[in-house]
Amino acid sequence: MNRIDSLFQNKNQDILSIYFPAGYPNLNDTVPNLELLQKAGVDMVEIGIPFSDPLADGSAIQAAAKKSLDNGMKLRLLFEQLKSVRKTVSMPLILMGYWNTIYCYGLENFLKDCQTVGIDGLIVPDLPLEEFELHYKSEFEKYGIYNILLACPETEENRLQKLISATQGFLYLVSSSATTGGSLKVNEKQQSYFDRIKQIETPSLIGFGINNKESFKYTCEYANGAIVGTAFIKALKNNKAEGFISELR
Amino acid sequence: MNYQIDNKGFYGEFGGAYIPELLRKNIDELENAYLDILESEDFKSEYARLLDNYVGRPTPLTFATNLSAKYQTQIYLKREDLNHTGAHKINNTIGQILLAKHLGKKRIIAETGAGQHGVATATVCALFGLECVVHMGALDVERQAPNVARMQMLGATVIPATSGNQTLKDATNEAIRDWIANPHSFYLIGSVVGPHPYPDMVSRLQSIISEEIKEQLVKEQDKQNPDCVIACVGGGSNAAGAFYHFLDEKEVDLIAVEAAGKGIDTSETAATITIGTTGFIHGSKTLLMQDDDGQIIEPYSISAGLDYPGVGPIHAHLAKTGRVKYISATDEDALKAAKVLALNEGIIPALESAHALAALDKIQFKKDEVIVVIVSGRGDKDMETYMNNL
Repeated sequence: MNRIDSLFQNKNQDILSIYFPAGYPNLNDTVPNLELLQKAGVDMVEIGIPFSDPLADGSAIQAAAKKSLDNGMKLRLLFEQLKSVRKTVSMPLILMGYWNTIYCYGLENFLKDCQTVGIDGLIVPDLPLEEFELHYKSEFEKYGIYNILLACPETEENRLQKLISATQGFLYLVSSSATTGGSLKVNEKQQSYFDRIKQIETPSLIGFGINNKESFKYTCEYANGAIVGTAFIKALKNNKAEGFISELR
Repeated sequence: MNYQIDNKGFYGEFGGAYIPELLRKNIDELENAYLDILESEDFKSEYARLLDNYVGRPTPLTFATNLSAKYQTQIYLKREDLNHTGAHKINNTIGQILLAKHLGKKRIIAETGAGQHGVATATVCALFGLECVVHMGALDVERQAPNVARMQMLGATVIPATSGNQTLKDATNEAIRDWIANPHSFYLIGSVVGPHPYPDMVSRLQSIISEEIKEQLVKEQDKQNPDCVIACVGGGSNAAGAFYHFLDEKEVDLIAVEAAGKGIDTSETAATITIGTTGFIHGSKTLLMQDDDGQIIEPYSISAGLDYPGVGPIHAHLAKTGRVKYISATDEDALKAAKVLALNEGIIPALESAHALAALDKIQFKKDEVIVVIVSGRGDKDMETYMNNL
């Protein structure tokens, strides 16, 4: 069974997923970071594939991706780093990256390498659902890699239903109309979106703008858990990763 | 061979809309509305009226007497430099602002490199009383101070993009991020790039260039089609407009000139089609300059308007099918061509347009051929570069 499915079967509340870019803050930190997060009791991790032009991300993640690229991070090297990760890390692992880097690597090679090192799913924000279903779905299935889709406050009801039925593993709910790294501001429109997503029965996590215990607890009321990225990257940068995770919970 | 967009938004294998779900509603809204609006009588008459009495169209098709004698052929110049704001960019901004108005949008976002599209956008926003936010690379803000001042005088807010290398690519990223954060705004793209329907929409709005050439040539030569049309390509909007009505006229040779920068065999170039590979940038599948890890490479050209690591998907398709011949001109070629035009015809071209003119030295013409070169903009903005290099 895909580790993402196992996670949501065993736990349906307060799931904490952490995002950080591969090769950050230092080139060889990828696996040590994963081990640290597992020890700290994190439920799932999204490893960012650094890209020069990350459209859906804010300045903090772009800066971290640039640092990682400057460190010498490459997709080939990432798979090399992850070669033995399953000896020490058992939680679900997701790769999050932009379509150009995956396309350039070659999708089939990429999926094969994901399967080999034990990646469970992918989040590719700029690969549209239609394009995925038309051309790539069968290849993902062949290697048992889930394609996790995003929905956001602007998503209309019929589109939301389509995303709910097409996503694999869980639905990634973007908290507000913004790129990553903002903070959660709950206004009336936001509240009605949250009330709407509370009805979703498919496993779902809320991400973008969740940066402390308060926003984590709040979003957990409306989904199975939440994803924390930018705030964790800041903690990593300041060498306070462990403390940050224990404060979140 | 079909050179137009298919019903899924692709030119052959290129194009599409590779966008985050956060932009899906906006792109769907635009895609569902743009053709109906562009083809409505209301839009057509208002667009035509503004092009006529605000922009100053039709722009002349000037017979270049001295240049023709020099190259022993018949050379015409399509004078986009004589448009209001000094370049072809306003053909597109007038059209898109009318579209934004039809869609009820109140806030306009644009990206700009050298500032020409930013000025053309600030201009139409002033005309229609809409809020205008222009993203411009922090480095370009410094390099193009006069255009920043023009935008500000026209009431626009110029936001320096401090991410990445702080040029056009980064300004475009920031404009898209602004659109994600402000989904009720209208994103007014400056070239035939970005997700579908932008490449098709901007091509249609720039197609006025080839439409006029056809009409004007009948008066000059008693025929609609020249033997050859030459235009420069960065993102590719003036070339798309100049080629548009000739794509299916096989006897017309179409030549596009990319910026080679310091040479296509150096790392300082912007000749995307010549050296690029297939990939995805700013929402479309096209040719782009990238390394073997799929990271986008920063381009270089002396001309800020050609300094873009991608190219419109229509051009990737026209290159792949062989319908258009893509060549390149170096900084040095362009500077020389600008000087030749200034001294022989009394016209100072924009550095971008100088790349198109540089093609005249690279092609063999027959004596009675009819050649049309697009002078996409005027050179006022480039005087500092010219003075430092000539």
